[in-house]
Amino acid sequence: MNFFEQIGRFFLMLKLAFTKPEKGSVLWGSFITEIYKIGISSMSLVAILSIFMGAVIIIQTDANIDSPWIPAYTIGFTARQSIILEFSSTMLCLILAGKVGSNIASEIGTMRLTEQIDALEVMGINSVNYLVLPKILASVFIFPFLVILSMALGIAGGGFFAVQAEIVNFQELTYGLQYWFDPFSITYSLVKTVFFAFFIAAIPSFYGYYVKPSGGALEVGRAGTKSVVISSVMVLVINLLVTYFLLL
Amino acid sequence: MIQVKNIDKGFSGVQILKDISFTFEKGKTNFIIGQSGSGKSVLTKCIVGLHEVDNGEVIYGDSVFSAMNKKDRKEIRKEIGMLFQGSALFDSLSVVENVMFPLRMFSKMSKSEMRDRANFCLKRVDLINKDDLFPSEISGGMQKRVAIARAIAMKPNYLFCDEPNSGLDPKTSIVIDNLIYEITKEYDITTVIISHDMNSVMEIGENIMYIHKGEKWWEGDKHSIVTTDNKEIGEFVYASKFMKSLRGKL
Repeated sequence: MNFFEQIGRFFLMLKLAFTKPEKGSVLWGSFITEIYKIGISSMSLVAILSIFMGAVIIIQTDANIDSPWIPAYTIGFTARQSIILEFSSTMLCLILAGKVGSNIASEIGTMRLTEQIDALEVMGINSVNYLVLPKILASVFIFPFLVILSMALGIAGGGFFAVQAEIVNFQELTYGLQYWFDPFSITYSLVKTVFFAFFIAAIPSFYGYYVKPSGGALEVGRAGTKSVVISSVMVLVINLLVTYFLLL
Repeated sequence: MIQVKNIDKGFSGVQILKDISFTFEKGKTNFIIGQSGSGKSVLTKCIVGLHEVDNGEVIYGDSVFSAMNKKDRKEIRKEIGMLFQGSALFDSLSVVENVMFPLRMFSKMSKSEMRDRANFCLKRVDLINKDDLFPSEISGGMQKRVAIARAIAMKPNYLFCDEPNSGLDPKTSIVIDNLIYEITKEYDITTVIISHDMNSVMEIGENIMYIHKGEKWWEGDKHSIVTTDNKEIGEFVYASKFMKSLRGKL
């Protein structure tokens, strides 16, 4: 299948996914389950990454500011901007594309392999709608919360480390964190996240759903790898586009 | 009753099914048998609508299923129960939730009514006190029984069983065969079994179609299959040395 056929197939899958669900209550149940699987189960990873990366950003900023003319509060300001604008949205979503993406692709791919998708179809259920829609909705809903959590923990963790390691004192840090703050930077970050979340759920669903049953476990593995690579590239492309349109 | 008329099906220019016509009778265990790669599964997938036929018709009762749109097919599909080769139970759902699944999707039953119906079906397949276990926690034979319970939960008119005995020991295979036979008679449904297991055919086969290289080669019942002088069927039925030695005694 060539590139354009794949894109066409992807959009046809989305068309099937965004049809009226069989039963609202079933969609709601699946949505809640997916929020747990995609979001809640990723919280510990998000927390660890954000705290450590926050601390590293503070150290790197400090290490790169040599001039005595640059005030100490710049460390807090720079760390905040890095975390809010790029780390908590783009970098975190790239990492989640790996965790969530491979999970979705292997789950749906295995369902294809073990005829569970055929079983749904024979019952008269729109399997794409049943399997893919809750994942996309849950991702789009929960990712912004994960990003907000990451922002808070990244700044708090980095700040705590900076004060404890005497890189900067508490007053200068808090002044820097609040200095020239534009709330739009959070909006910009969350807008990006919504797009990322959509593709991080939709692309692995596509590769998982169209796994060739004859390929066995190898094919499921390939689908997982492909989906992570493609969704990571999509995150980077969307990052560029949204940044261009919102910040330029 | 299900009728297939002059069915052709191919993939990427390779013809898999050639002009197959057959009637699957109501209240009987109808078998589709043949060697691996003969087209049994493709034919079944054409009948249940997982593949579209290139030519020909699939008729459920009086309704031409192959000519229907998706919406109309949905109504027929609600009357279909299917037992897959690997059971195809949903891994994330417990035994009772698997059986309740079609009810949850299509019925307006309350939760307790669904649970009662699921428990009735599980009891019917002799599976009790396994409600809260997950498919990975029960044996292959039990998985098949759960799949049968799920297939009959919606009181189907048509039951499809794809290799119901694959991966099972001979004793469990007979239990599953008899269960399918009893359910067919009890609910007076059209049962279609895809198999290459001659033990099953000889145990419960009432109406048999033999497919060879995508063509209908022979049809009959379990008594006539052992006496036919058709060369290909002879090679299929009496494939093992043991069966060949029995043939001489028949």
